[in-house]
Amino acid sequence: MKKTGAQIVCECMINEGVDVMFGFPGGVLLPFYDTLPEYPQIRHILVRHEQGAAHAADGYARATGRVGICMATSGPGATNLVTGIANAYLDSVPIIALTGQVARPFIGKDAFQEIDISGITLPITKHSYVAMDAASLPKIMKEAFYIAQTGRPGPVLIDLPKDVLQESAEFTYPEKVNLPGYKIPTRGHPTQLKNAARLISEAQKPVIIAGRGVVISQAGEELKEFAETCQMPVITTLLGIGSFPESHVLSYGMAGMHGSGYANRALTDTDLVVAVGMRFDDRITGEIKGFAPNAKIVHIDLDPAEIGKNVAVNVPIVGDVKAVLQALLKMVEPKDHIDWIHQLEEWRKAHPMTDIRDGAELLPQYIISQIYEATEGDSIVVTGVGQHQMWTAQHYTFNRPGDFISSGGLGTMGFGLPASMGAKVGHPEKMVWCIDGDGSLQMTIQELATLVQDNIAVKIAVLNNGYLGMVRQWQDLFYEKRYVATPLSCPNFVKVAEAYCISALTVKTREEVMPAIQQAMAHDGPFLINFLVEPEENVYPMVPPGATVAEFIEQPKKEVSSWQRRSTPL
Amino acid sequence: MATTQHTLVAIVEDKPGVLNRMASLFRRRGFNIESIAVGHSEVPHLSRVTIVVNGSNAMVEQVRKQLDKLIDVVRVSDITANDITVRELALIKVKAVSATRSEIIEIADIFRANIVDVASDSLTIEITGDENKIESMLKLLKGFGIREIARTGRIAMVRGNLANVPGETPTRNRARK
Repeated sequence: MKKTGAQIVCECMINEGVDVMFGFPGGVLLPFYDTLPEYPQIRHILVRHEQGAAHAADGYARATGRVGICMATSGPGATNLVTGIANAYLDSVPIIALTGQVARPFIGKDAFQEIDISGITLPITKHSYVAMDAASLPKIMKEAFYIAQTGRPGPVLIDLPKDVLQESAEFTYPEKVNLPGYKIPTRGHPTQLKNAARLISEAQKPVIIAGRGVVISQAGEELKEFAETCQMPVITTLLGIGSFPESHVLSYGMAGMHGSGYANRALTDTDLVVAVGMRFDDRITGEIKGFAPNAKIVHIDLDPAEIGKNVAVNVPIVGDVKAVLQALLKMVEPKDHIDWIHQLEEWRKAHPMTDIRDGAELLPQYIISQIYEATEGDSIVVTGVGQHQMWTAQHYTFNRPGDFISSGGLGTMGFGLPASMGAKVGHPEKMVWCIDGDGSLQMTIQELATLVQDNIAVKIAVLNNGYLGMVRQWQDLFYEKRYVATPLSCPNFVKVAEAYCISALTVKTREEVMPAIQQAMAHDGPFLINFLVEPEENVYPMVPPGATVAEFIEQPKKEVSSWQRRSTPL
Repeated sequence: MATTQHTLVAIVEDKPGVLNRMASLFRRRGFNIESIAVGHSEVPHLSRVTIVVNGSNAMVEQVRKQLDKLIDVVRVSDITANDITVRELALIKVKAVSATRSEIIEIADIFRANIVDVASDSLTIEITGDENKIESMLKLLKGFGIREIARTGRIAMVRGNLANVPGETPTRNRARK
């Protein structure tokens, strides 16, 4: 049956089960938007800036495990997606970016709003297409969905010239893809599995480092069984948070730059690291020479290019995390490591993470622990990037994969609000908190309007310290407190929220924290709390740049108490 | 880390943007591509790309793995350690007056090169061989005055019965679900 290019794009999305997309229209996309009402199954959410569309698709994909769709028009619309696409690429998130393009006769002529978006995004997409005729669209769409969500997931971009959306072609949705160059390793090599099982049985002080690969592979159960069987302590990366229940007795939280002291001690002393679905990012390894210096390393990852990239490994296992763990579970004997666990518990006592000091100050750590108390952990928590992100990682207890959504690899300020919007759209039945900083929130604050227009009931906690806090912390610790370009004049966030018709209130003391959180949760619709927190609070522990993870700095015992707010909220 | 010359052979889908994607990976890691040669392979719609780069084994292996991840790259091998036949073709336009013409032709004969064009004051020589052979001839011709050189860059093939790239048969579909 003949259909227009625009209809074909919609038909393909419906075939793939798409029921929501985040987009922003423009001249060349008019044929698409004109067609969209024929497909009421697809809910279109109008963002206020295309970056918001890409992050929303990203948040949606992380929360649901399904492909997130974002759309932008040619030229500036497409370039506004770039940050969001890069973010999804670095964190292996399946999104499809549909971009409008000028009509074919104008391509290459520097036409109005023409930009080579497939060229620009070449290094930050898993794959990309320029659809040069409507007849090729079904194949392109089929491949795009397949590529985005299989193997190591990632963003795929499809550039759609205006006249391709208008021209008609025969539509049948292909059942299969034929991609001879696309390889998806499945199970690990039997010999390497055997080697891994042997190392695991020999180890005295083993640890598991779990990364986002566990979440993507939905291998949480297998990881738990594996850790319990071999009695191995589990440490996570930032994006591995939630892959193993943090309230589990074998959980030692996050390691790395702002990881727990005990996790970093464990990494320094361990004799075997079983790295599961993680990529030895510099934020977790610290100075690479001091990373697990006495350990053998078993690295399980789906992507062969990650093996041996940053650290040399003893046993490489290329395969799907779930399948590999299932195979390993059949090969390993139950073990106990009582002495090692005792040692770790000693370190846990010596370097406690949950210690929030008493006093009158409104500490960000306290607020996060209270959000955890109030939600009883039954919430998706999305963050921006900065100090608040690290405090959330440290002080909220995540017990389920997918509950913690954060920008890891790219570290994109402004990710929080639009991503939480995507998460809430994906899971309208769940509580979704966006914990953001005053700096990070202001980068994408326009999406408050989207929350209202589409009634997306995200609860926003702004940890407002009047600084670009993380950069200020580095200036404090490594640049002799020269606070250049970090004091931040903020708008009155309550008035801003109210201007968007979002209920909001400001919290200045500890006593007000819990009632405010409860009010936000009870409120029907989006809600914003502006927490005026201790301005110069630092995130500890911290592994200084260039140091090994063993050289973490802990919170100074006696903090100076004469804080002065450098810039007061208006 | 020691830098050595590597010869990579890639079988890629004959689609727009493939070379761009491949070159982009080398650029990111600061590799200077010594030569790159592209042509049809024995399979329709698949091209064969031979790339010569300098780098440490670990760095080249990392790029090879990244190349292998590109959807349009069907497979890629570093054949440096294999027993390989390498060839390059060069066209050399050399200044030739009546006094020097016969001497130049003699040199071309020694190298089993062909004279493919004769003009009033120049000769164009076509030579095939490995880089050393071409360099040697260029050295000898230099004195006569070289006007123009066009070189194809290296193409390479593993010796023996093995089809194409080691461990692979050219038509096997490696997509696994």
